[in-house]
Amino acid sequence: MLHVAIATRAFRRYSTYRAATLAGIFTNSVFGIIYSYAYIALWDANPTAGGYDQQDAVTYVWLGQALLMTIALWGGGTTDDLAERVRTGDIAIDLYRPVGLVGWYLASDLGRAAYHLLTRGFAPTLIGLVVFDIALPSSAVNAVGFAVSLVLAVVVSFAVRFLVASTAFWLLDQSGVKVMSGAFAIFFSGMMLPLVLFPGWLGTLANALPWASYVQVPADIWLGKHTGTGLVVALGFQVLWAVVLLGACHGVLRLATRKVVVQGG
Amino acid sequence: MVEHLRTYGQIAWLWIRAAWQYPTSFVLLAVGNGLITGLDFVGLWIMFTHLRDLAGFSLSEVALLYGSASLALACADTAIGSVERIGTYIRTGRLDQMMTKPVPLLVQVCADQFTLRRLGRLTQAAVVFAWACTYVDWTPLRVLVAVSMLCSGALVFFGLFVGFSCIQFWTTDATEFANAFTYGGATVTQYPLTVFPREMMVGLTFVVPVAFVNWYPCLYLLGRSDPWGMPSALQFSSPLAGLLTMAAALLVWRSGVRHYTSTGS
Repeated sequence: MLHVAIATRAFRRYSTYRAATLAGIFTNSVFGIIYSYAYIALWDANPTAGGYDQQDAVTYVWLGQALLMTIALWGGGTTDDLAERVRTGDIAIDLYRPVGLVGWYLASDLGRAAYHLLTRGFAPTLIGLVVFDIALPSSAVNAVGFAVSLVLAVVVSFAVRFLVASTAFWLLDQSGVKVMSGAFAIFFSGMMLPLVLFPGWLGTLANALPWASYVQVPADIWLGKHTGTGLVVALGFQVLWAVVLLGACHGVLRLATRKVVVQGG
Repeated sequence: MVEHLRTYGQIAWLWIRAAWQYPTSFVLLAVGNGLITGLDFVGLWIMFTHLRDLAGFSLSEVALLYGSASLALACADTAIGSVERIGTYIRTGRLDQMMTKPVPLLVQVCADQFTLRRLGRLTQAAVVFAWACTYVDWTPLRVLVAVSMLCSGALVFFGLFVGFSCIQFWTTDATEFANAFTYGGATVTQYPLTVFPREMMVGLTFVVPVAFVNWYPCLYLLGRSDPWGMPSALQFSSPLAGLLTMAAALLVWRSGVRHYTSTGS
């Protein structure tokens, strides 16, 4: 119950910035248009690249734009608050609260993600649908699978961002690690280019890393590339990374609290 | 003018020393930024493993477009990247403090939080550009056009960043709106403009003039006739476009500063 309350508050907190949301939707849509034309040119030249057809590719672009903020690909989200609280020393207060830190921040990040999905997720998808005639999920199972996959994507991304923010316990400033992690996330999530295009070992590697669950897996489920047991395997892949990484978050937090130095304290 | 540049240098040096207080973050930021753009180019390269040419342009030709635009962007961004944060300065009242100092506001804003992290991007862009240059059939005039392309490209980006950041004088919320034009413009320059519909090419020439950053001069360097049949005089007009964009931006900046009323607290 407490965690629901935390999530609702986070949702409301992000919904205060209406103009920012509108500006963000505009920007996502502009990028959607740019990438759509680039991919149309690519699939014009090679109509079966990566096993996608042109409509799949354009749909992929708009799904990527819709997911960008929902999964906080660039970093940011509520884990930025955590890093800032470590830097300022306010984390000391959080640590003696009778609530688990990971659960607290996860709940609030899910609230944030819900807001970003409803605004910056839906609006660009709608524009993609109207302007570029993108594909919709082929079946109800795929639609539900996509919804589940989306939640898992946020959890995996949260865990990665939490680990990045935790480096502030040692480095005092997360910004360097955050930029590095953002670079990897953009490349290996399939945000920059669908992972299906990655050749050979690079493709194998990219599809095994946790970032694949950010964009590639949900998009493939939407596009109906995973059905039946394939769908279960795809979701299982995300669950596996979610469990492993959340476990790592708890572990790191335990190590960190043992050496926490409150600056200025 | 020289005196202002000197002040700019002093403020910038101050911030470099400040950033060095967190050495790990400093190094990671530089490497991370190089990585983001480096992986950008890997993305283009992967695209070309599925293609012979993208909308009529080969990999080395696209690399020339990409490298030249990236170099221009990196220069502009290193010099004046902080101007994007003007909304924060307004909200926190720091702009008021700056106005009381005997240094032009624009110089202060641009030099504030100066960071060398873009060195990573600069290096990476230079490497790609140098590689692509080996495929160009050089003549003295082409060398001249190439040099003027890099300078004018930086001016165009300078203008776009300063001009669109001024939106924040009117609304402190909708900062992301500017990204559609600044970073959106930068993204467009990665692709040959033949990827886009004709209307977009016209818009990128006369409204958001990023076509002058690399497209027109590169057509000359590559000895190609304009695929759209635009006048070949445009291929030499980049310096003019750069100066006009910058002049427009400075006018917007002036009217923004005039319009500025403090947050009052």
